[in-house]
Amino acid sequence: MSSRAQTNWSSEAMQARIRRRYGAERRFKAVGVAAVAISLGFLAFLLGTMLWNGLGGFMETRVKVSIDFPASDLVLDPQSLTGPGAEAALGAADIEGTVAAAAEANYGTGGASLISDASWLRVRDAIAEDPSLLERKSEFHLPASSALDTAAKGEGDPQFERQYSRLQQSGAISRGFNANFLTGSDATDPSAVGIWGAFKGSLLTMIVTLALAFPIGVLSAVYLEEYAPRNRWTEIIEVSINNLAAVPSIIFGLLGLAVFLNFMHLPRSAPLVGGLTLALMTMPVIVIAGRNALKAVPPSVRDGALAVGASPVQVVFHHVLPLALPGILTGTIIGAARALGETAPLLMIGMRAFMASPPSGFTDPATVLPVQIFLWSDEVSRGFVEKTSAAIIVLLVFLLAMNGIAIYLRNKFEQRW
Amino acid sequence: MTAETINDMAAHQQADHSRDERPKMSARDVSVFYGDKMAIDNVSIEVGTENVTAFIGPSGCGKSTFLRTLNRMNDTIPSARVEGTIELEGQDIYAPGMDVVQLRARVGMVFQKPNPFPKSIYENVAYGPRIHGLAAGKNELDEIVEGSLRRAGLWEEVKDRLADSGTALSGGQQQRLCIARAIAVDPEVILMDEPASALDPIATAKIEELIHELRGRYAIVIVTHNMQQAARVSQRTAFFHLGHLIEYGDTSQIFTNPRETRTQDYITGRYG
Repeated sequence: MSSRAQTNWSSEAMQARIRRRYGAERRFKAVGVAAVAISLGFLAFLLGTMLWNGLGGFMETRVKVSIDFPASDLVLDPQSLTGPGAEAALGAADIEGTVAAAAEANYGTGGASLISDASWLRVRDAIAEDPSLLERKSEFHLPASSALDTAAKGEGDPQFERQYSRLQQSGAISRGFNANFLTGSDATDPSAVGIWGAFKGSLLTMIVTLALAFPIGVLSAVYLEEYAPRNRWTEIIEVSINNLAAVPSIIFGLLGLAVFLNFMHLPRSAPLVGGLTLALMTMPVIVIAGRNALKAVPPSVRDGALAVGASPVQVVFHHVLPLALPGILTGTIIGAARALGETAPLLMIGMRAFMASPPSGFTDPATVLPVQIFLWSDEVSRGFVEKTSAAIIVLLVFLLAMNGIAIYLRNKFEQRW
Repeated sequence: MTAETINDMAAHQQADHSRDERPKMSARDVSVFYGDKMAIDNVSIEVGTENVTAFIGPSGCGKSTFLRTLNRMNDTIPSARVEGTIELEGQDIYAPGMDVVQLRARVGMVFQKPNPFPKSIYENVAYGPRIHGLAAGKNELDEIVEGSLRRAGLWEEVKDRLADSGTALSGGQQQRLCIARAIAVDPEVILMDEPASALDPIATAKIEELIHELRGRYAIVIVTHNMQQAARVSQRTAFFHLGHLIEYGDTSQIFTNPRETRTQDYITGRYG
């Protein structure tokens, strides 16, 4: 062996090397911080814009309208509203016309265009609650029409803006929380739309999706990871599942259309079919995450359980699965969040129809939050802009709530080994 | 440790063992393959309740592989294949009708690295009896847990914190918990795969003491790298080399007067 010269650790070349190393680390750190800052900036911009535009959607402008029921053309006997025929009596009366006439009487010709098309429903509900209103002149604060509401924000027609400032000076304008937005369904008039129909549609769809995708996905992962022999067939299955997770979602929509609607003749536009389609999409994500979580359970736990005479099923369900559950739940969160925000496959199975009432069950026609947002964003009326943002806020809150529950469950099941 | 002390110890141990009883487990012409590779070549051996049997030999000699064939833990390795017969009380454990789950309950195992379940101390011990239905009620289960922990010498240390996680114990305590877990199922044989190799000397001494106390009730087979440990805890020693059983005999004889030169070379530290 040839003798080497003594290494000089303090030589100029060595010092330069150290400086370069420090420089590289500083640069790497700076790039990382910049990346995080940029993504946080975009996130803040997105959330800020949504909140700025959308919070107004939860509020409504109200116009004071006084209705003199005894003097009006309304034919409705207060006595008829206390019996079993109350519903029919209310339905037969022309409340809508009475309210429109009252608005015209209050604010002159064109007065009816100041209040929302759906505002007479408030009057009807108030009468149903207290029939004695019919015996006197009553005052109502009714939701303003979309045109006036837009004018209130300074973005409307000059004619309505003048109207608005006049009304405001006379004290006929008030603002309040738009409860109808949270309890109603889609409508043609932006001042009358609600998100509840789409929210319930999303909820029912997610229930179907998770009820199918979670058990099937987890059990597939368990079988493939713990039981299946390693051979060509299981390899093909594994590759197929990995590919399924990467298939564009609209393809799943086409699949749902072909299989569930055209072949199985399930009801069109229903949360059941939407849930089935999204379950197909979510399952591969859960299988992949589940397999990785199962793989991460140390083999010593399996050995320990086998050595006291646990059967393979007992090993999996008593020991391995509980340890893998946090990881499986993380995968489920990712899959479910993706399914919740999915629009394209649902368009294919007809969940984009105009739904003026919330679905009453899994087989009722429905729409879902992202599709509702998509539909509203396409509307020409200015009033829909803030409603779209408000719907996005509702979707994000739904998403956060779902993730919150999943994270809570994950922490609850998390164990150390 | 000098040759004389080993000598003394072995001679002392030989005095209190007899070996004309029927063996608990016997292996005849056992060969183990991993795929095409032969890991164990034609090994025949018998182990009994009255003795602690030690398997010694250099790394990779197949002693752990052989140990794992005794309760069919090798079944979990898809490429492993066993030839020959292994009998537990005259019953072939590789016969088609043999129930592997019950076999593993009768032949317990303690591993090199302590592997308590990530559950409470109580649950760790109670798990085996529960799945095999060994306890009629809560009280009986409590008794089994206490008895097993006592026999494993752990009761006094953990009796006030049975609800704590088994993984929160120290390494030595975890290993004794694993022994308690094995005892709780009331096995006939306990296999120990280098049970003290991950422990400090004090914890090791406790485990060795425990092995002494368990002898007589259970047939114990222990794999160890540590020749002094084999000399201290066992009455019978088997020396494995490259998949062959080179020599099997009384511990005193193996360590003082080995018949084979390879055994002689190994125990005097010439290789291994």
